Amino acid sequence: MTPLWWMIAALAVTSYALKAAGTLLLGSMRMPAPLERCVALIPAAVLSALVVKDALSDGRALVLDERAAGIAVALVLVWRRAPLVAVIVGAAAATAALRALGA
Amino acid sequence: MSGPAGAGRASRDPEVRRVVTGSLALSAAVGVFGFSFGVAAVGAGASAWQAMALSVFVFTGASQFSAMSVVGAGGSVVTAYAGAALLAVRNLVYGVAMSGPIREMAGGAGRRAVAAHFVIDETTGLALAEREPRLRRVAFVTTAGALFAFWNGGTALGALVGGAVDPRTWGLDVAFPAAFVAMLPPHLRTRAGRRAALLGAAICLVAVPLAPVGVPVILAAVAIVVGLRP
Repeated sequence: MTPLWWMIAALAVTSYALKAAGTLLLGSMRMPAPLERCVALIPAAVLSALVVKDALSDGRALVLDERAAGIAVALVLVWRRAPLVAVIVGAAAATAALRALGA
Repeated sequence: MSGPAGAGRASRDPEVRRVVTGSLALSAAVGVFGFSFGVAAVGAGASAWQAMALSVFVFTGASQFSAMSVVGAGGSVVTAYAGAALLAVRNLVYGVAMSGPIREMAGGAGRRAVAAHFVIDETTGLALAEREPRLRRVAFVTTAGALFAFWNGGTALGALVGGAVDPRTWGLDVAFPAAFVAMLPPHLRTRAGRRAALLGAAICLVAVPLAPVGVPVILAAVAIVVGLRP
């Protein structure tokens, strides 16, 4: 198997284990309140990190390019409560248009 | 999954119809999301089969997007896995919240083990929005069935179409971050959520030039310590 297939298999096992642990095993238990609050914040912390990583870097160094503009468009569209399709299409179109102009 | 049965009862009971309509509308929207995942995953270097395997077996959108976004940026599969696994931890919390309702509706351990695979953002959100156990069941089962079908159908379609186009020309490399932006607002409703988001973003930016690809996103999870204070 290629490394990517291994990652997919590991991720499948992990995500099912996490879903099943809560559903089947921990059902009657309650986590300590501070821990529960922290776990609930994981998406906020990680999603915003993923956004700035793609908006302001190429993953290795800080870079400002057409993607930043595309993601700015996505921010405005989300703020205006646009549907998901519009957000993705708008961001992609803005990025593609700037690239076409720059090329 | 008895999705069709739930839909069949819909014509008679207006409450059931309301729940089923909501589930189907959300699932259809998620299908579009699945489509963009398929396109972006193939653009990031996955094969169509790999994109589809992610959607069938991992079946938790944010983790799938995160994993392929790290792989696409040239990160190692280990960091891609770690970031995605971190995002999947919230499914543990959903499972705890859903264990009571699932025990009521699914009965035996075998059926509960199957139901567990479908404990994700949307199914949990829609099921727990209903107070009556009967409507909870309809919400969970309909959303689980429809969302799985739309998500995977969308991924398959996207993976097949995506292989035929150059993702950069069409700006599809911003499909991941644009989707992440769209996923954020529900998590920014609380003050702690906004703080965690700001701190996470700051940690990531500082870490990008210093740490290997994919690692900054994992480090950003440290920002959840803002939840320690009540």
